[in-house]
Amino acid sequence: MKENIKISVQDLHLYYGDNHALKGVSMDIKKNSVTAFIGPSGCGKSTFLKTLNRMNDLVDNVSIEGKVFLDGDDIYDAGVDTTILRKKVGMVFQQPNPFPMSIYDNIAYGPRVHGIKDKKTLDKIVEQSLCGAAIFDEVKDRLKKSALGLSGGQQQRICIARALAVQPEVILMDEPTSALDPISTSKIEELMEELKKKYTVVIVTHNMQQAVRVADDTAFFLLGELVEFGDTKNLFSYPRDKRTEDYITGRFG
Amino acid sequence: MNEHTGISAGFRKNRVSDIILYILIYLSASLSVIILAAIIIYVFFKGIHSVNLSFLTSVTSVLKGTVGIAGNIVNTLIIIILTMIIATPVGVGAAIYLNEYAKPGKLVNLILFATETLSGIPSIIFGLFGMMFFGQTLGLGYSLLTGSLTLILMVLPLITRNTQEALKTVPESYRQGAVGLGAGKWYTIRTILLPSSMPGIITGVILAIGRIVGESAALLFTAGSAKALPKTIAGLFPKIFQSGGTMTVQLYLSATSEGDFDTAFGVAVVLLILVFLINLGTKKLAAKYDVTRKK
Repeated sequence: MKENIKISVQDLHLYYGDNHALKGVSMDIKKNSVTAFIGPSGCGKSTFLKTLNRMNDLVDNVSIEGKVFLDGDDIYDAGVDTTILRKKVGMVFQQPNPFPMSIYDNIAYGPRVHGIKDKKTLDKIVEQSLCGAAIFDEVKDRLKKSALGLSGGQQQRICIARALAVQPEVILMDEPTSALDPISTSKIEELMEELKKKYTVVIVTHNMQQAVRVADDTAFFLLGELVEFGDTKNLFSYPRDKRTEDYITGRFG
Repeated sequence: MNEHTGISAGFRKNRVSDIILYILIYLSASLSVIILAAIIIYVFFKGIHSVNLSFLTSVTSVLKGTVGIAGNIVNTLIIIILTMIIATPVGVGAAIYLNEYAKPGKLVNLILFATETLSGIPSIIFGLFGMMFFGQTLGLGYSLLTGSLTLILMVLPLITRNTQEALKTVPESYRQGAVGLGAGKWYTIRTILLPSSMPGIITGVILAIGRIVGESAALLFTAGSAKALPKTIAGLFPKIFQSGGTMTVQLYLSATSEGDFDTAFGVAVVLLILVFLINLGTKKLAAKYDVTRKK
């Protein structure tokens, strides 16, 4: 059972200045599964997601207490190289954010960061990553064209491919479909089913149906607290906490 | 009938004030264009007959009986290159520091305030300082180097501000995306931020070159007014430590102490063409390096 856990968070507190944004969150995220974080805006679900690859390091005035273990190693340990951490734990953002360069260079960006220069190796990684994000067929004839010319849904899959290119173990997705149309959304949801075979996927969503569709486990956050966490079907069918029940039945949110 | 005219009269009243406003706006717009066109046409008519091949390739000499600004053109080019070689990296570096590394606060605000003030100071004050500090204290005398060092102080704020504005428009999501892939700060700057800000940096550089080309006051008493041409290519380097007048300085001297208005207008024509080419170049270059285009 224990070796099945990819990420283990223990009593995590996060403060933005005086604002206590995460209040003692503990959670075990299973390997090769999709875990969804749901909750109303401002509940801390995105903030919590960002603690998993230390993206909060970029924000001034943030202090963090508690422990986050990735395969048993504390990622907040003083000796941790965030470059290596973020290679293992990739991220896809809410707004598609391809870099202003060609599709090829977008995908090759991460591998190049980590020192891969060989053209053949890069070619292979680019093709594999684009296939992995189910967009290779759509862009294979225009790899040298700017990624900014693609549609929003395509751009987001380019961003997923870009994250895959560094061969991560975990992929964090921060509301990856909230800026997309329904068809692009369903493509990315299908993709998650595929991705979890090789990766551990964590997704923040404000769309509860999406959590039901894609997630094995679901966590419900409210006001910086982890209210309930467990098997998605159980959580939605038999919520243990009154607040979870109120939220999923649409009484607030 | 009455009611009908009443309405349409009210309608017309509004139209009349609109029309008057339109006329005034068009008048002011055309006035500014006409003045500009008039100056250009006037200068061209007065000066174009002085501009020919020998004017561009020889040096004014009483002995040889030639009239030309080749020396001034070379001096101008040397000053531009010397100034930009130093000012561009320093200016861009300062902008990167201010925008990406420095913590926002009093120090940054002070630097920003200083750069803004610096760009508003009359150039002759820079000239005075340059003459005293670079010329006297550092012993560089009247030389192209003294002139360049003085101009560096003048154009630095221009480059810094333009680069900074360009860096500010780079979406935060690019930075996050790069950091999310494990890129370090400098790597992100080098591969994402600088390429994205290239059009802004180029604009700053070209504006600075324009300012250098147009500057006379600050150069008169730092770089001097010599118009001799170095005899060999190798002579270009020692030229840096010698006095040399740029085209604008020559224009000023021709029109005042020398009383040679043909040469003055000739220089003016060459300058106008140069400024036009620089503007054209800016647009082309900025468009070429615009990474945000979707092709």
